[in-house]
Amino acid sequence: MLSTKLCGRSLENPTILASGILGVSKASIARMGKEGAGAVTLKSLCHEERKGHPGPNMFVIDGGMLNAVGLPGQGIDNAAKEFGRLDDLRIPVIGSVFGYTVKQFGEVTEKMAALKPAMIEVDVSCPHMDYETPFYADAASLAKITKLVKKKAKGIPISMKLSPNVHNIAELAKACEKAGADCITAINTASGMKIDIEVMKPILGNKTGGLSGPALKPIAVRCVYEIYKAVKIPIIGTGGVMDGKDALEMIMAGATAVGVGTAVYYQGPEVFRRITSEMKAWMKEHEITSLDDIRGVAHK
Amino acid sequence: MTGHAECKLRTELPKIFKVSRVAIEAKGHKSIFLSGTLDSKPGQFIMVWLPGVEEKPMAVSEVGAEEFAFCYHTLGPFTQACDKLKPGDKIGIRGPYGNGFGIREHAMVVGGGVGMSSVSTLIDALSNPLIINGARDKEHLLYLERFKGKQMTVCTDDGSAGKKEFTTDALKEALDANPNIRMVYTCGPELMMKKVVELCNERMVDCEASVERYMKCGFGVCGNCLIDDRIICTEGPVFSGLRLKEMQEFGTFARLKTGKKVPLSEYYGKA
Repeated sequence: MLSTKLCGRSLENPTILASGILGVSKASIARMGKEGAGAVTLKSLCHEERKGHPGPNMFVIDGGMLNAVGLPGQGIDNAAKEFGRLDDLRIPVIGSVFGYTVKQFGEVTEKMAALKPAMIEVDVSCPHMDYETPFYADAASLAKITKLVKKKAKGIPISMKLSPNVHNIAELAKACEKAGADCITAINTASGMKIDIEVMKPILGNKTGGLSGPALKPIAVRCVYEIYKAVKIPIIGTGGVMDGKDALEMIMAGATAVGVGTAVYYQGPEVFRRITSEMKAWMKEHEITSLDDIRGVAHK
Repeated sequence: MTGHAECKLRTELPKIFKVSRVAIEAKGHKSIFLSGTLDSKPGQFIMVWLPGVEEKPMAVSEVGAEEFAFCYHTLGPFTQACDKLKPGDKIGIRGPYGNGFGIREHAMVVGGGVGMSSVSTLIDALSNPLIINGARDKEHLLYLERFKGKQMTVCTDDGSAGKKEFTTDALKEALDANPNIRMVYTCGPELMMKKVVELCNERMVDCEASVERYMKCGFGVCGNCLIDDRIICTEGPVFSGLRLKEMQEFGTFARLKTGKKVPLSEYYGKA
């Protein structure tokens, strides 16, 4: 009922653990599979080891979460040693990569591809990263990265993860598609800030951070809707999905699969099973047998 | 589908407290007392935010009617910044977080070094526990005054106070002498805890240990504190001896700030 085809791979269901949530160890991603996720995305890795930003890194506000973890990671070389390969788990694994320069995006992708993930997600859009230039806001830079990554991925499908902190996300998605992207992940977090009025300072160690959770969802749904109109490649709709109804909404906007991240905070790793059982119940009630029948239906 | 209603009501922001007093507990160990109340269970921890500096997890070491405290061992930049705190300073607290200890009587508590601060509110909650308090030497022993009058065995690595032996040797003797002990709680250096767990598992005595890893969010999302596939900040930090026996990383590997998996010795050197 929920089986989903994404870039040639069959997923048991359309829920995908979003990058940055618990995807640090092989044991933890295997566990997310057991918890009912259809696929898992690793925490993003680059060419070097990164400690990330000083704390506070993450907290929860009314209606969502703010984070500026700062992409800490052991780097692709250490990860390659620890993981060995990524195609020997029951669950499809999506490797997430980034770099500071276009060239580094290519180098990290090449090393990631050697681990044989099901897909490679390209994180061009972390809102609080010291990229050389804000790749995510410029169609020409995005096209350059897409082309290089596509070449280095050696046939493994790539998904470009886009930022909502732009005015023209559909155009940017189109530029990625034209440059060879197989998929679009939309969206990354929205840039935000929280100030504590007692100590009169921003709380995040990095001062600004990314907003996720329920407060992000309407923005994500709008972005997916606009991208669906502009491109033919599939979309992983990510942003504020908390329950089965949210996942269905994302699919009606045009998403093929649905990223789940912050919901793991609100409901624990069991959230995947909850989302899929709620989706099934709704579909049964509405006599819908396949997600293909409602994908993008909001555009009609 | 109740997800949304729950989410809108739930926040996890640092709450600002004023430092009420600072107490020197032992060489290099201080307690920071904060004015206010904290509804926490023994074994839980808080995220302590020093505005403009950093945020770190700390065990709740004392809980009173009008104040609560955390105790630390000065090691790096964060604890050095804690050393500068004085009454009236404002700091932020998130939490309490974590599962905490399951309270059972006929219990023993084994604390090593600053790990004593993680079991101190547990000792307060138990009616008459046997305590083993270990440190490298006399000057580094915590809470000798606080737990005076309780059944406490002191041991030091150099014999400058109490017996010159390891806490695990003292535990073995105590278990031999007290067959009615039903539960052993422990917090301290991980290799010590691993031995405690092994001893208890061999003798079929229930056991709980509080495990530490590098933590960022405190609420089960970032993945930095994973041990095997378990999330320490929400599913721990307290785990049963039987669960720990199954964990391959317990007593062997930990992750640095970057997430890199390294031998425990390197973790304690760098983190």
